[in-house]
Amino acid sequence: MNSRKFLLWLLILSIALIITLIISLGVGAVFIPPDRVFAVLVNPNQSGLDSSDIAIVRDLRLARVLLVTLVGAGLAAAGAAFQALFRNPLADPYIIGASSGASLGATLAIAFGLTWKFAGFRPIPLAAFLGALSAVFLVYIIAGGNSKATVISLLLAGAAVSTVLSSMVSLLMLTKSESTHEIFAWLMGSFSGRSWPQLWSSGPYLVLGILMLWLVSRPLDALSCGEDTARTIGLSISKARGVIIAAASLVTAAAVASSGVIGFVGLVAPHIARLLFGASHHRLIPASAIIGGLLTLLADDLARTLMAPYELPVGLITSLVGGSFFLYLIRARQRSLRGKS
Amino acid sequence: MTTFAIDQISCAYYQLPVLSHISFEVHAGEILALIGPNGVGKTTLLRTMARLMRPVEGKVILMDRDLWETSLRDTAKSLAFATQAGSDTWDATVEKIVALGRAPHRGWFMPLTERDRHIVKKAVEQVGLKDLHERISSELSGGEQQRMNLARVLAQEPSVLLLDEPTAHLDMKYQTEILHLIHKLAHRDGLTVVISLHDLNLAAIYADRVVLLNDGGIDAIGTPVEVMTSQRLTSVYGVPILVTRHPSRDIPFILPDIQLMEEADNE
Repeated sequence: MNSRKFLLWLLILSIALIITLIISLGVGAVFIPPDRVFAVLVNPNQSGLDSSDIAIVRDLRLARVLLVTLVGAGLAAAGAAFQALFRNPLADPYIIGASSGASLGATLAIAFGLTWKFAGFRPIPLAAFLGALSAVFLVYIIAGGNSKATVISLLLAGAAVSTVLSSMVSLLMLTKSESTHEIFAWLMGSFSGRSWPQLWSSGPYLVLGILMLWLVSRPLDALSCGEDTARTIGLSISKARGVIIAAASLVTAAAVASSGVIGFVGLVAPHIARLLFGASHHRLIPASAIIGGLLTLLADDLARTLMAPYELPVGLITSLVGGSFFLYLIRARQRSLRGKS
Repeated sequence: MTTFAIDQISCAYYQLPVLSHISFEVHAGEILALIGPNGVGKTTLLRTMARLMRPVEGKVILMDRDLWETSLRDTAKSLAFATQAGSDTWDATVEKIVALGRAPHRGWFMPLTERDRHIVKKAVEQVGLKDLHERISSELSGGEQQRMNLARVLAQEPSVLLLDEPTAHLDMKYQTEILHLIHKLAHRDGLTVVISLHDLNLAAIYADRVVLLNDGGIDAIGTPVEVMTSQRLTSVYGVPILVTRHPSRDIPFILPDIQLMEEADNE
């Protein structure tokens, strides 16, 4: 695919994303048609606009759909980066412990009613954010740190730490049964009630992390060819790995802090992007981000409408739809492989 | 002129010693072949020379500088290494993978220049992959991947090229073409090549000098005629080996001594 064709595709996807954003702004307990949403966004001062439309779109839904998009984009970019770093098609943003760390943090905050706040984060997001970063840091240290860690030691340490932290979450849920419902709802992942404060506290980390991952797209290319090759073309493996893990974990921590553990987007979106645009990360990172944003937005729309006025956890939708779609992808690829041999 | 000097190096995987106190020099513009039985440490030696493994003892000197005291990027500008094919493939196009060879010259954040593109194109053509340059690497045959790896290291424009079994998956045509190309690059353009080869006849034909490794050390070093004697190869490889003359060149021609083996069977 040449670069003009790639840019055209990217443009098409971006337009699809914007259209989905506008539709998403209208979807919910009160339906607002896209033309009225568009009017509110473009020129809210024009006469003839319903003031409740303005309030619903701008004050209630705009921040939420932007957060949904950024979280989806961030998880997808982090997933693409980890799939390259670990040379493993099953890698997702949570592979080195971010989700279990965030879960434990959030569970502790809920179970013990913590009230700390910091830098715009409310207590539960703050605990989840710190939990995710601490878990990844712990995994990194256990795996051998900057000089000795290998892909395998990171994966093994990630699995072990995740198991231990998850069992601690289960233990807390059993002993603090009055908080079980809230903890469970958080673990499923949801954007319910998220608005401007969550967008302002998590958004900057998400944007920053995605840009950092895009910036290291060529080192990601090199790592995809194996560490030996990457090193013989002049890449410092430990430095590159440190930067990639830091950026991807920042994104993942900010995502789980704002909305809980949302599964499958970070696994599936990079695969779709790779099928469409190939494996070069200069294209794969932005394409994954847009596709991830789009998928999460659609999942959140379904979560809000399927059983309206009740809201389903968006993580349930992404796992259900994303998982099924992933099955389809695996089958489709198997067919093409068989066709070749 | 010496480009590459191996000075008393010893290598080990964890506690297991593989090579001990090896020294030799590689001259500019020569093809030096590493030969020896399986597991003798040819790949270990190449990895040490490629700065992928730190020797337990000793020094690797590349153009008068200690390899480990040079920046990785500077090393990569003058030294390239093609690993054995098959282990690592990235699902990108041949062109993208070959273009990675330009990384040490352009840095990690710069796009390819017109000159980079030209060099990549030339490297792809040199290894005969011109028609496959937009193919995804995992769809290539083993031999094609081998040639793609060679194109990548050629695009790196090194002065020293390290090759680990570059003809392993290739048929007669590509074995010959690849080694002929390497021969031309060395003798015409002054590229220095260190290459590990299992096929002793290919080593005899294309190498200027060979290093015969055995038991963690160097058994012999010199021209193929000097090193590849029937007695020495028989003792190192542990099977009867017959060495005669190549029909048209003054180089050794090596083949298993079937007669001796059959006689041994009948005893």
